[in-house]
Amino acid sequence: MTDIPLVPETTRPLPTLGSSEGLISWVASVDHKQIGIMYLISSFLFFVVGGFEALLMRTQLAQPNATFLSPEAYNQIFTMHGTTMIFLVVVPMLIGFTTYLVPLMIGARDMAFPRLNALSFWALVFGGLMLYYSFIGGGAPNAGWFSYAPLSERPYASTNGLDYWALGLLVVGVGTVAAGINTITTIWKLRAPGVTIRRLPLFVWMSLVNSFLIIGALPALNASLVMLLADRMLNAHFFAPAESGSAVLWQHFFWAFGHPEVYIMVLPAFGIISEVIPVFSRKPIFGYAFVAGSTVGIAFLSFAVWAHHMFAVGLGRPWDLIFGASSMLIAVPTGVKIFNWIATMWGGAIRFTTSMLFAASFLITFTIGGISGVTFAVVPVDWQVTDSYYVVAHMHYVLFGGTMFAVFAGAYYWFPKMTGRLLSETLGKWHFSLTFIGFNLTFFVQHFLGLMGMPRRVATYPDLPNWGLLNLTSTAGAFMLGVASLVFFWNVTASWRNGKEAGDNPWQAWTLEWATTSPPPIYNFDQVPPVKSRRPLWDLAHPENPDSRPRKPKVEQTDQ
Amino acid sequence: MTTTALEKLKHIEKNTLGMALFLINEAVFFALLIIAFVNFRNSVKSGPNAAAALEPLTTALFTVALLSSSFTIRQADKNLERKNHARMLAWLVATIALGGIFLVGQGMEYRRLLTNDVTISRNIFGSTFFTLTGFHGLHVLVGLIMLATLAAFAFSGGLKGPKSSGMAAISLYWHFVDVVWVVIFGIIYVWTAGLIKF
Repeated sequence: MTDIPLVPETTRPLPTLGSSEGLISWVASVDHKQIGIMYLISSFLFFVVGGFEALLMRTQLAQPNATFLSPEAYNQIFTMHGTTMIFLVVVPMLIGFTTYLVPLMIGARDMAFPRLNALSFWALVFGGLMLYYSFIGGGAPNAGWFSYAPLSERPYASTNGLDYWALGLLVVGVGTVAAGINTITTIWKLRAPGVTIRRLPLFVWMSLVNSFLIIGALPALNASLVMLLADRMLNAHFFAPAESGSAVLWQHFFWAFGHPEVYIMVLPAFGIISEVIPVFSRKPIFGYAFVAGSTVGIAFLSFAVWAHHMFAVGLGRPWDLIFGASSMLIAVPTGVKIFNWIATMWGGAIRFTTSMLFAASFLITFTIGGISGVTFAVVPVDWQVTDSYYVVAHMHYVLFGGTMFAVFAGAYYWFPKMTGRLLSETLGKWHFSLTFIGFNLTFFVQHFLGLMGMPRRVATYPDLPNWGLLNLTSTAGAFMLGVASLVFFWNVTASWRNGKEAGDNPWQAWTLEWATTSPPPIYNFDQVPPVKSRRPLWDLAHPENPDSRPRKPKVEQTDQ
Repeated sequence: MTTTALEKLKHIEKNTLGMALFLINEAVFFALLIIAFVNFRNSVKSGPNAAAALEPLTTALFTVALLSSSFTIRQADKNLERKNHARMLAWLVATIALGGIFLVGQGMEYRRLLTNDVTISRNIFGSTFFTLTGFHGLHVLVGLIMLATLAAFAFSGGLKGPKSSGMAAISLYWHFVDVVWVVIFGIIYVWTAGLIKF
């Protein structure tokens, strides 16, 4: 483990090509590490595009009665921003981590279906390109990321934008389903000896549950898209009320997918947090079984809360009560985890690396998003604030303050494993500070704007008291986030070339991926170390006090 | 779940597990199309509905062909286990033939409907009927392609038995397509079109 190559060795899928064929060794790769890295890079590029769209919107909204963007352009841009961030950034970024890490964490050589893995990734790329082709193919989609009918029907959206939207998401969706199938099969079939279900790293647990959510929820989207396309291309009538169809059915179908999707966008992030916090607190996770078990609870409940997106439709009091109650209930298993993570940090020897800073602030920002989320379960509150900036603030606290913070924590944590080099901590702290301040500046004030009645998805607003000031604050924060992303981009590109050499296990972590070299060889492990507990590398480093042996006197497990 | 079932699940073959997970995905996909059909069952205001447009008895005939193909592929499976190559191939060809008969039947039904101006755009019945049965037909077609590949492989000397993960996964898919049709036939033809009066 002394000879550290700077980039992963390639699979050489085409025997005639030498190792000098750098690009083809990536494009034609079926190696989970290369595909995982390509997932992360592509979704980061889409993040830049989606972020640019956000900045366009914030520029338009910086002042009342602005004319920077036309309402038509604004509709297209907020639709593309939401669609991009959800389907081309958050979900694939987490799948990228899953693809890279799961085989390493369970001591496997690759995913169960390596070629299917490549298909998943390329489906993402080409689905995303198909979606963006809409800009030159007659206009981008403009009905929001959930494309409510009948607005999304041909008479009201006559350009081809929504067709590209539906087709692009179908392609991406097929890839996502394939990734889910692949992940479950990998975890079920390819665990190294000793890696039992009860010893899986929590990130693997979250990926497993997440994959079940994917294969249960994504087909609902795919079926809805197929019906929408039938309406638009073949003049069918599923969602056209004038022809005996039903617009509300679209909402039911879309949110039957859409709410599990919310958890698809956050469960692997929980997994990242569950790896990062114990390592930088020098303590094992508090209540492993509760973290894993509550996730299974979330997965089941997530299929029973979709109609809380539809309280404003008028489903009737019994349904409002049922879905209000189930939505409150789902906050419980999520709250359990927050306490698990806090208890893990409690009394630990915490090292505030950039990764840990992101993970610790995740606890704060995600909890704020969780709390504002529970307020929607109170139906009259939902009626008051639905489709306002309060919703925008809530979901960004969950998706940015939650998932993206976790993604950054994971990026700083696993970058050394992927490249063999550490990200710069100095730039990292700048990145973190700018992100944390910029994020809260952008989105915290939007709670107030929402409560004051500012509607979302409207291109401009009148000059009401404080609206201009609060919006300007939000815009300033958004540009700060833009700068933060540039710092991160600079950090990644510079450190990839000249970063400090990381070594196999720079964080003294305990899970299997740190047992191999950084970056790992193509076959991952020379020899998988014996796994007798949840922390095989702790056992290896502390033969006198291993996890695998029941302790007689209870010994404090923190490192000195 | 009994311990043996759990043990079986633990040692499930990789490709079979992959296919089973894919079929969960497909089941949800069909569930939504079926819900749409049921939801709009009585919404037809003008034009044809299931009772007026469909001929349940004719379709029942072709349904028998598809259901028998579940039996024939089971026989192929059994003969693979017994390493009885010639019989296995014969049962496989029989399965393909029965699946083909079903598709021809569906094609004839579509032709009759379309010539009578019952189309996907005519009214909500057409929309739900053609989308649901069309996607099922597409799944049958994909199944036939997989079965033909398997048969070609067997014909050129492959598939010696006693086990084949390809056979296991494809027959699982085929049974699934059958079961979905049983549900569709029950809902569209028996219940809505009134093959049996309740």
